[in-house]
Amino acid sequence: MRAYYGSKDGSGDWFITIDTDACTGCGACVEVCPARALEVGEDEYDPMSEALVAGVKDAMRKKVRYACAPCQPGYGEKPPPCIAVCEPGAISHSEAWQQSYGKT
Amino acid sequence: MAEGITNEYWRWPEGTWTNPNIDWKKGKIIAAGVDVGSVSSQVVVVVDSELYSFGNTRTGYDSPDSARKAMHRALKETDLVLENIDYCIGTGYGRVNVPMAQRTITEIACHARGANFMYGPEVRTVMDMGGQDCKAINCDEKGKVLNFMMNDKCAAGTGRGMEVFADLIRVPVWEIGPRSFQIDKEPPMISSTCVVFAKSEVVGLLEQGVPENDIMAAYCAAMAHRIMELLNRLGVHEKFVITGGIAKNEGVVKRLEKELGIKTAEKKWYRPEYKDYPFDTQIAGALGAALFAEAMLKRGKTQSVRKA
Repeated sequence: MRAYYGSKDGSGDWFITIDTDACTGCGACVEVCPARALEVGEDEYDPMSEALVAGVKDAMRKKVRYACAPCQPGYGEKPPPCIAVCEPGAISHSEAWQQSYGKT
Repeated sequence: MAEGITNEYWRWPEGTWTNPNIDWKKGKIIAAGVDVGSVSSQVVVVVDSELYSFGNTRTGYDSPDSARKAMHRALKETDLVLENIDYCIGTGYGRVNVPMAQRTITEIACHARGANFMYGPEVRTVMDMGGQDCKAINCDEKGKVLNFMMNDKCAAGTGRGMEVFADLIRVPVWEIGPRSFQIDKEPPMISSTCVVFAKSEVVGLLEQGVPENDIMAAYCAAMAHRIMELLNRLGVHEKFVITGGIAKNEGVVKRLEKELGIKTAEKKWYRPEYKDYPFDTQIAGALGAALFAEAMLKRGKTQSVRKA
C-alpha cells in the first residue's frame, strides 16, 4: 500500500509517501535521515503481514512539513537522502516543497 | 435561573445487541475488538467468525472507563465474562488506553477489515466518518488497505461538528438528516469550514429568520462538500461505503452521493443469514479489530489469554 505521512492544508500537500509493497525494510533510509524521522517496524496498516517496512515515526508525523524541509529543493541537496538511498524507490515526497521553495 | 431540565440535543442513541443464535460455550475462538473513538466507543465480540454481540456507547473524559463501559454493554445480555475472551485488540484514538486489550491496531486497518465483513468483498472505498476526523480508505477484496487519506483532528465535517450544530439549533442530532430534506429549495451551503466559524454563521442565519430546515440543509451540504474534497484526492471506487456515525445522517450521505455521482452501498449485511441483525455503521472499527484478533490467533501470531 501507499502510506502517506504528513499533512495537508490550504498551502498544499506536505507528504512523505512510502510504498510498503516495494519497501524491503532494509533500513538504509533510517540511517541517512538527518531529522531521524524514519524507523523500520511492523506494517501498521497490514497487521497480518510479517514483513518489516519503513515508516515515519509517530512523533514526527505532524511535523513532516518542517522536519523534511531542510532536505527539500531550495534548501538541501537533490535528491533528498532518503530517496537517493532507497534501492527499490519506495519513498517519494509530495510537490508542495518544490512549488513553494524550489527554483523555478 | 435554573431551568430544571436542560435538553442535550447532541445525545445520539446508544446500542446493545446480542446474537440469539449463537452459544459462545460451543465456540472455539472468542475474540473481541474495542474501538475507543473521540466521541463514541464500541466493543464487538466475535465467536468463530460470527458476530456475537456488540455495545456502542459515548466516550467520556476517561478512555479506560469508556472502554469498560462499552465492554459492559456488549456483555451485559450474555453470561460471557472478560476472562472467557481469547484475545482482545484495541483500536481508535484511545487505543493505547484500553485496559483489557492485548495489543493495538490502527483504526484505518480495522475499518477496512470491518467494512469488508459488513458490506462484502466488493468494497473498494471506505469513508470512515468519525467523531473527530474523517478517513478515506481504498482497500482490496480482502479488506487490506491500499492507501488512505485522513483529515487530522479537526471537527469540521465530522460527527462532533454535527453534535455541536444540533445543540446550537436545538434539534436532536438524528432528526437533522430527515428534516434537512423538508425544504422548498436547496439553500447555499454554509461557507465556513471551521466549526467555530460555521457556528457563528448559523447564528447569523437564525437571526435573519432563515427556516431551521434550510439551515440544516446548508450545514449537511457543507459537510458533504468537505468529505467530497477528501475523497476526490484519494479517488473513489465502487463499491463505496460510509462507516461511522455520520453514515446514519441521510442529509449528508444523499448530498454526498449527488456531488460524487456515486451511490453508497445499501446499509445491510453482506451475508444473507445476517439480514435480521441490526446494522450499526459505527461498529465497523471494533468489528475489524475483533476479526484481526481471531485471525492472529488462527495464524499462531499470538497466544490465547483466556483464563476461564
